[in-house]
Amino acid sequence: MPLDQLNHPIIYFDNAATSWPKPAAMMAAMINYNELIGGSPGRSGHQRSLDAGRVILETREALAELFGCDDSLRIAFTKNATEALNIALSGILNPGDHVITSSMEHNSVMRPLRYLESQGVQLSVVSCSGDGRLDTEDVRAAIRPHTRLLVVTHASNVTGTIQPIAELGEIAGRHGILFCVDAAQTAGSLPIHVDEMVIDLLAFSGHKSLFGPQGTGGLYIREGLEKQLRPLMMGGTGSRSEFEGQPDFMPDKFESGTPNTIGLAGLGAGVRFVLTERVETIRSKEEMLTTRFLAGLAVLPGITVYGPPDAANRTSVVSFNITGVSPSEASLELDERFGILCRPGLHCAPAAHRTIGTFSQGTIRFGFSYFNKDEEIDLALEAVRSLAGGDAPH
Amino acid sequence: MEEQRYVVFLFPSVSYALKAEKILKVARIAHKLIPVPRHISSDCGVCVRITEDKQQDVERELLGKVEWDKVLLL
Ligand SMILES: Cc1ncc(COP(=O)(O)O)c(C=O)c1O
Repeated sequence: MPLDQLNHPIIYFDNAATSWPKPAAMMAAMINYNELIGGSPGRSGHQRSLDAGRVILETREALAELFGCDDSLRIAFTKNATEALNIALSGILNPGDHVITSSMEHNSVMRPLRYLESQGVQLSVVSCSGDGRLDTEDVRAAIRPHTRLLVVTHASNVTGTIQPIAELGEIAGRHGILFCVDAAQTAGSLPIHVDEMVIDLLAFSGHKSLFGPQGTGGLYIREGLEKQLRPLMMGGTGSRSEFEGQPDFMPDKFESGTPNTIGLAGLGAGVRFVLTERVETIRSKEEMLTTRFLAGLAVLPGITVYGPPDAANRTSVVSFNITGVSPSEASLELDERFGILCRPGLHCAPAAHRTIGTFSQGTIRFGFSYFNKDEEIDLALEAVRSLAGGDAPH
Repeated sequence: MEEQRYVVFLFPSVSYALKAEKILKVARIAHKLIPVPRHISSDCGVCVRITEDKQQDVERELLGKVEWDKVLLL
């Protein structure tokens, strides 16, 4: 088990915020970039600059393979999923447009949409069920003649609830509505195929299940759509330097300024790890850990679990509460007494907590990763039992 | 003996040139990345140089996979 700075064992269950540990190859790729490459990509023709460009291209190609996208240049890199979502939402929506979203969204979707609403965009927030599921019929009913965009999280960061993305994509496509998916919680842990799921815009974090470092993320943009999308930032791209207008092609239009090359070197190694292990293998391991934890919680007294009852309909995220103990107290106890690291509260998703009825205290959230072990789940169950005041089994 | 003539493929940006490079490596077509010659463009990017006889092979490999702006005789 990993150790903290005082050599006490720790159990890291905050993977829904950012994953830890990372595959050893991630750090090795960053060190390799720093020691042997170090140049600025796309800016000059010298060998170190070209090698830096090749590193970024390899990361793009690995992501394109993962998402079933046939041209890697359709992916623009950003510093996180939030930036990607901001490009997508404020880049496409104009006053008078109508946009549909769900009541399970993270603030990285909700806040840009609320801002755009104040600027004249019409917003419909479709309510989800108490376990966080979005009903496709409700989405269909919310469509108006001028609906421009449907934006939905692939899976909730609060309950792990997986949304019916392929069906939603099909509905959007049939009505000529653009479809944007927030894959922050699922890129690397659930299969994603941009064509089969009819996705026009896919925003992802690099630092969660793709095992890259923090400071990485990106946006896939369907062919041709980049012409309609305004960039958030403009500036130097290394291309078309003789012109003062922003390039209008992928990925340069959305990648102004020197990129996070060292981070993208690490992200590339993380994505290649995912491709080698296979998403299906990662998913089934995470599903087993989640099933084990849910089964253990079910027999404890004084525990309320949120989200779908079984692991098949959720990612490896479990939100729960202990009767009589606030989430923040519980997480402090878990950290200090048991070395279990998790996240209490609202998880940047107040709408989702309203939907499941846990606003404003929130929940205790455990997020498991491919690197967690059965024994860690069992130790955590013992810790939760002791916080809930239950007796240990004999 | 006739002197070898070269053509260059110019791309929207270095990302495209590097993607083309990767495709040509797989296809085993001899090529070289060189800075865009000043007399062609004032852009600071790179382009892909090949011998003239390979132009059609290269176009066939790149078509539908990576866009290029133009092909010029050096
Ligand atoms: C569902 C969801 N969307 C968006 C985000 C934002 O991701 P990032 O921190 O990479 O910007 C997160 C995580 O923080 C998330 O869980």
